[in-house]
Amino acid sequence: MADQEKEGAVAERRTPRSENAVARMARDPVSRRKFMALTGGSTALAGFLAACGGGGSSTSSSSTTTSSSAGAIPPPPESMFGKGDLGILNYALTLEYLETAFYSDAVKSGLFNGSNLATIRKFGDEEAQHVAALTAAIKQSGGKPATAPKTNFPLNDANSVLMLAGTVENLGAAAYLGQAGNIQSADVLASALAIHSVEGRHAAALNTLLGQTIVPDGAFAKPADPMTVLNSVQPFIVS
Amino acid sequence: MDRHDLKHPELAAVEIEPLSRSDVLLKGVLAAGAVYGLGMVGPFLRQALAKSGGGDIDILNFALTLEYLESTFYKEAQTRAKASGDLKNLITLISGDEDQHVAALTASIKQLGGRPVSEPMFDFPYSDTAGFLKLAQTFEDTGVSAYNGAAPMISSKEVLASAGSIVQIEARHAAAIRLQNKMEPAPDAFDPSLDMPQVLKAVQPFIK
Repeated sequence: MADQEKEGAVAERRTPRSENAVARMARDPVSRRKFMALTGGSTALAGFLAACGGGGSSTSSSSTTTSSSAGAIPPPPESMFGKGDLGILNYALTLEYLETAFYSDAVKSGLFNGSNLATIRKFGDEEAQHVAALTAAIKQSGGKPATAPKTNFPLNDANSVLMLAGTVENLGAAAYLGQAGNIQSADVLASALAIHSVEGRHAAALNTLLGQTIVPDGAFAKPADPMTVLNSVQPFIVS
Repeated sequence: MDRHDLKHPELAAVEIEPLSRSDVLLKGVLAAGAVYGLGMVGPFLRQALAKSGGGDIDILNFALTLEYLESTFYKEAQTRAKASGDLKNLITLISGDEDQHVAALTASIKQLGGRPVSEPMFDFPYSDTAGFLKLAQTFEDTGVSAYNGAAPMISSKEVLASAGSIVQIEARHAAAIRLQNKMEPAPDAFDPSLDMPQVLKAVQPFIK
């Protein structure tokens, strides 16, 4: 009888991350220079989006726009955010800056009171915590955090602001989901997932407030690719 | 320790890449199983590990166990929870989602050449809507933490994408149930993660 040991029963190891992409980024002088040149301000982001032919009001109120093909979602543009995990963290940080700014504006608008105001404050506080954590993670790995874009959000009435909040949160969740497969480091992935599910909670809570379905994509959330995400937020970024 | 003395040497051979402190717990569970026999390990971990084919299949089977739990829970709740209006609609919606998760995970496991765990029998002790809501919140929050805990151990990008697309839905369910409970939909800025032994411990009381 063959040996009882079953070699095949050894659990597959997660592909070893031989070198943390962030460490690589910090070491490589060429990519570091390029990246630093582009993080001087939000002008770069606005310019990039213009070059992408960013569409105007592409934000839809319910379902997320997604990559059409079944293939992998590309990482965020390297020239904008940096390479590898660092690029993904800076992309996430940029989105979190936008969300934080939006909620801050919404609170200051005076359009809300009672439980809706409490919700907006709470969500804004959580996005600010995301900004802090992502910034710390980037710095810790020797990278340079992206700077906050200058923003301008429409604040006409409570309902339209809540709808915009819902759109942004649904989009943010899809953005994180889109990048999960591109993240090299298990630790960065764990952090991204811990944030991703919270954005899902925010989205569903806002969907509920607005009388919309909590699952605009159905039983399986759809990922969004960076160009779609960046084009969707472009209307709110001013240089 | 001589491998040939072990009751279940294949458990000793399971390697866990040390990603976090909590993996030490899983290693401990597996080590106990290797030495003392699978009875120490808990029926569902045992069942999952018994299938050959690697870590991703084990993780998918772990997820499938949780989805079976939720699917049964919500199916029963459609009558047992005595819900009406928005809550009734929510239960119907969530029930449908969990059924789809069961189907998708089952299909994924088969596609990878694994054997899906069989559906356990469950016992959910509650007698009114409030009791249902309390359990629902626990299950949804635990589900999010379970997926978030397991996902960094997944090898295949496709399996990771599936897990990600499901966990976001569980988070949405969690938020909606919490709102029904008049609780914070997103209590923390970062959802905590749980490892497999912690999750199994949490759900074991409901498995008959």
